[in-house]
Amino acid sequence: MDYVVLLKQVPDLAEELEIDADGTGLDREWLSFVASEWDEYALEEALLLRDQGHGGTVTCLALGVETGDVDELLATCLARGADRVIKVGSFEAPPDSHTAAAAFADALAHVHYDLILTGVQAIDDLDGQVGPLLATRLDLPHVSVVTHIALAHHHTTVTVHQEYAGGIVAEFEATLPAVLGVQTSRETPRYAPVSRIRQLMKTATIEAMAGGGGAGSGLVIEAMAIPETGSTAEMISGNPQAIAERIAAILSERGIGTAVAR
Amino acid sequence: MSGDIVVIAEHRDGAILDPTYELLGRARSLAAASGGEAIAVLLGSGVAGLAGSLGAAARVIVVDGPGLASFSPTAYQAALVPLVREREPALVLIANSGSGMDVAAGLSAALDLPLAAYAIDLTIDAGGPLATCQLYAGKIQAKVRFAGGRGIVTAVAGSFPAEAGMGPGSPVIETVAPAATDDRIRFVDLLRPEAGDVDITRESVLVSVGRGIGEQENIELVEALAAALGGAVSSSRPIADLGWLPRTRQGGKSGLKVKPRVYLALGISGAPEHLEGMRGAELIIAVNSDARAPIFSVAHYGVVADLLDVVPALTARVGG
Amino acid sequence: MSRDLPIIKVDQTFELAQAVVDGVDISGHWNRMFSDRSVTEYPTEAMDWVTSLDGGESLRDCYQCGKCVPVCPVNHVGDYGPRKLNAKVLRGNNLLDDPDLWLCTTCGNCYRVCPKEVNPLRIMPAIREQAVLEGKVPDELSEAFRNLQKSGNPHGHSPRKRADWIAGADVPVPLISELGRPVDVLWYVSDYTSYHARGQDAARAMARILTALEVDFAILGNEERSDADSARLAGETGLFEMLAEKNIESFRKYEFKRLVVMDPHAYNAFRNFYPKLGWEGEVLHYTQFLAPLIDRIEFRSRVELDVTYHDPCYLGRNNDEFDAPRRLLEAIPGVRLTEMPHNKANGYCCGGGGGGMWLDGFVADHVSERLSERRVREAVATVGADGTGVLSVACPYEPSRFEDAVKSTGNDGRIVVRDIVELIDQAMQPPAH
Ligand SMILES: Cc1cc2nc3c(=O)[nH]c(=O)nc-3n(C[C@H](O)[C@H](O)[C@H](O)COP(=O)(O)OP(=O)(O)OC[C@H]3O[C@@H](n4cnc5c(N)ncnc54)[C@H](O)[C@@H]3O)c2cc1C
Ligand code: SF4
Ligand code: SF4
Repeated sequence: MDYVVLLKQVPDLAEELEIDADGTGLDREWLSFVASEWDEYALEEALLLRDQGHGGTVTCLALGVETGDVDELLATCLARGADRVIKVGSFEAPPDSHTAAAAFADALAHVHYDLILTGVQAIDDLDGQVGPLLATRLDLPHVSVVTHIALAHHHTTVTVHQEYAGGIVAEFEATLPAVLGVQTSRETPRYAPVSRIRQLMKTATIEAMAGGGGAGSGLVIEAMAIPETGSTAEMISGNPQAIAERIAAILSERGIGTAVAR
Repeated sequence: MSGDIVVIAEHRDGAILDPTYELLGRARSLAAASGGEAIAVLLGSGVAGLAGSLGAAARVIVVDGPGLASFSPTAYQAALVPLVREREPALVLIANSGSGMDVAAGLSAALDLPLAAYAIDLTIDAGGPLATCQLYAGKIQAKVRFAGGRGIVTAVAGSFPAEAGMGPGSPVIETVAPAATDDRIRFVDLLRPEAGDVDITRESVLVSVGRGIGEQENIELVEALAAALGGAVSSSRPIADLGWLPRTRQGGKSGLKVKPRVYLALGISGAPEHLEGMRGAELIIAVNSDARAPIFSVAHYGVVADLLDVVPALTARVGG
Repeated sequence: MSRDLPIIKVDQTFELAQAVVDGVDISGHWNRMFSDRSVTEYPTEAMDWVTSLDGGESLRDCYQCGKCVPVCPVNHVGDYGPRKLNAKVLRGNNLLDDPDLWLCTTCGNCYRVCPKEVNPLRIMPAIREQAVLEGKVPDELSEAFRNLQKSGNPHGHSPRKRADWIAGADVPVPLISELGRPVDVLWYVSDYTSYHARGQDAARAMARILTALEVDFAILGNEERSDADSARLAGETGLFEMLAEKNIESFRKYEFKRLVVMDPHAYNAFRNFYPKLGWEGEVLHYTQFLAPLIDRIEFRSRVELDVTYHDPCYLGRNNDEFDAPRRLLEAIPGVRLTEMPHNKANGYCCGGGGGGMWLDGFVADHVSERLSERRVREAVATVGADGTGVLSVACPYEPSRFEDAVKSTGNDGRIVVRDIVELIDQAMQPPAH
């Protein structure tokens, strides 16, 4: 069983985000980057599957973007236990999901895989999630929001859970090779010790492959804005009934606890 | 290209899900602006009966086939690609759910139609469709248009009122067989959460209690509220220390990090160690009898009151 | 680890009927010791492994005398004990999967009394480092590691906001990068002092005191990184070194006479470990810096408080500074200082050291009570009887731990927790009415 994991870095939300001068992108000057949370779950699942009796190799792919530190991201994958890491294409800024999927598809023509795992989403996916976009390009089946992965002994199918609202879960059987968008891993992603990452940054081989170009999201960003949240809470007062009324209204605006009669 | 607005209906257990009604409501007003029809597409096996609950649509296309008896990403995609290609709607609206993500991105890649994801608003003006999408966990909103004027939109649940899509009506009902099938993903079973088996990191509504709850027996009150809201009860550390709730319900630095859509903080002071675990919640509503409690500095809405008054009133209001 | 062990079997008691050494007859039962016999039938590989680690050596020297048992704070609240570590390892448990590995706070009290100098301050980080390398880290702790790695502070706050606390200080706090000249004191503010709400209170008090004393000082602002000494003690040596490199780079960039730090853990790192990494300079804990200057402080009010003082393990016992904090407290008008039974070299650990600060939930599953709670009870018994008690501290980990423990032990209203700088600052203000 050969596993491929697709990863990327995204802006660290601990930093305050600012909009650039054009008003259509992020001001990148102050951004710091971290591995996308869901991609880390995908890697953890791949490592667990490999190590829990299914064997094979785990290969990690990330796009060669100039923002952030892809080498560190990939060295971290090795520190966690990946067998091989590949940097795909070269991009000045993180590309949209369609372009990313095209680049990964190019590279994957040269890598053997049975199962491709990636994060179900990333905080900067404006034009959809890479998993299903890539799968469709490669003509592979895909399942998003996956919370459980079990491989059949014969390694031709995989059983997965897809999560819906309210904790309801659908169980699917998928024919391999397939692409999974991972929502969570059964264990917290293992910690990659800094001493090992630092060592690997000096010694490890990060392969490079060409990929990308030309896809584009087909979206035109007119404007970006930081939604007004007000730095202090809006206070609700009144008697308990009035308060309850107001809270219920706030919740139902979000489709929660809806007193919607049917 | 037509001015039609297509909504892919989601259904489970023989009922249309709320997000579909939200989309349908919005599709009606969009169709009025684009000069087309609001079309609901219902996939399934023997689901013609459900078409009747999509009265708000002008037309319901029922794609009926044995391979569609339950949702499967490949079966849906195989059936929908030719349909959307043929009808050329202006917009395809899909709920941003587990299955919706699969369908939307799959269609986008297969049909080379742009996709605007995580939309919280969608209008049509002189420039064509305009979607407002959430990015960076809601910290940024982007207004986007489609380069060719057509596209797919996945919308975050709760963005539009569901009532607007629930009206009665007599839509034209077309029944077709799926043009293609693909069984590389096969539905096996639907699993429902067992009672008591709560993972607070996965809940979208958390009713969280702190020492302000006063007595163990009051936990029942918040359990009732959580049930009414379709959420779960979580807590600050002292409540777990006291054994009033299991440790697995504790949010915070030494507990679990939670990011629900709504976090109700009841009688929680808002110590930094607690905030560390829950400040990522999309919406925080705090109830505390002390107006100076630090929880109000991270809350979006605050109530200075006795939680023992507010909780029963709210439970009654939301239909407990 | 599955090599075959050379266990030496004792197949007979070998006792000389008569032994004469240098003409003296020394026959007797004791001389069976001359025979070949194994000390133990237990496998020696776990002990061999631990003592092969840099820092693990002294574990072998333990001879089970038990002197450490009554002084180990963790032993008071659970099954853990330093003596048991040796016994467990002797039985073949290398501790990598044993919760005991994470319970020691590296408070150093056992080392103080141990006749054989068995030193958990070196043993624990050595074994923990191996656990970290194998990915066997409790989740809470790895979260703190991740935060330190990513943002340079254990909370995961933006490094850009490290100096945001300045806003409420009411006095100018210069950034050394903006001053563009050498200063007398480079003030290393530390993590909790920079980011935790109660730590920030101490930072602001300190800023006012330094200003009143006309000290020529500046801070590093967002060039400051965590000292990560607790991460080192929790086994993440690489992380400690990475952050040390960044701090050393900043220290080298600017000219200053001495470094004054708020956090005893930082003090420990800068004083005892940075020299090995290439930076050496005068480092003072803030109590050491202020104590000689205390006569120059103009106090404007009397505080009238019954105060007791908690010695931080990494200022007191592990770095031998007991007097400076007490000199400061005694100089504050209206402070009546009473010692707790556990004080100075026998001070009681708050539970936050050696990674304990980020293992609260993990530790809670293995102990009957938090150490901070025991310490708060002791403080209440000492000064909290009439409800005006103050538990004074000199480590920024403490206010959060102890204030929480005051609540959880039901001692709200009996005692408050104050950093020494807060008390000085309070007495410097004009009387409240
Ligand atoms: C290392 C460490 C780790 C920690 N980890 C965590 C953690 O993971 N999670 C966590 O939660 N804490 C954690 N803590 C504890 C934290 O510091 C606080 O002590 C704790 O969060 C306080 O819980 P609380 O808000 O429920 O209680 P309190 O601080 O006592 O607050 C109770 C609140 O209820 C209000 N109130 C009282 N009566 C009413 C009423 N009738 N109606 C409405 N409001 C009322 C009060 O005004 C008060 O604000 C940690 C502490 C340390 C030192
Ligand atoms: S260092 Fe402190 S906590 Fe650790 S074993 Fe010794 S006395 Fe116990
Ligand atoms: S005091 Fe030292 S020698 Fe004695 S039991 Fe404790 S660790 Fe062993």
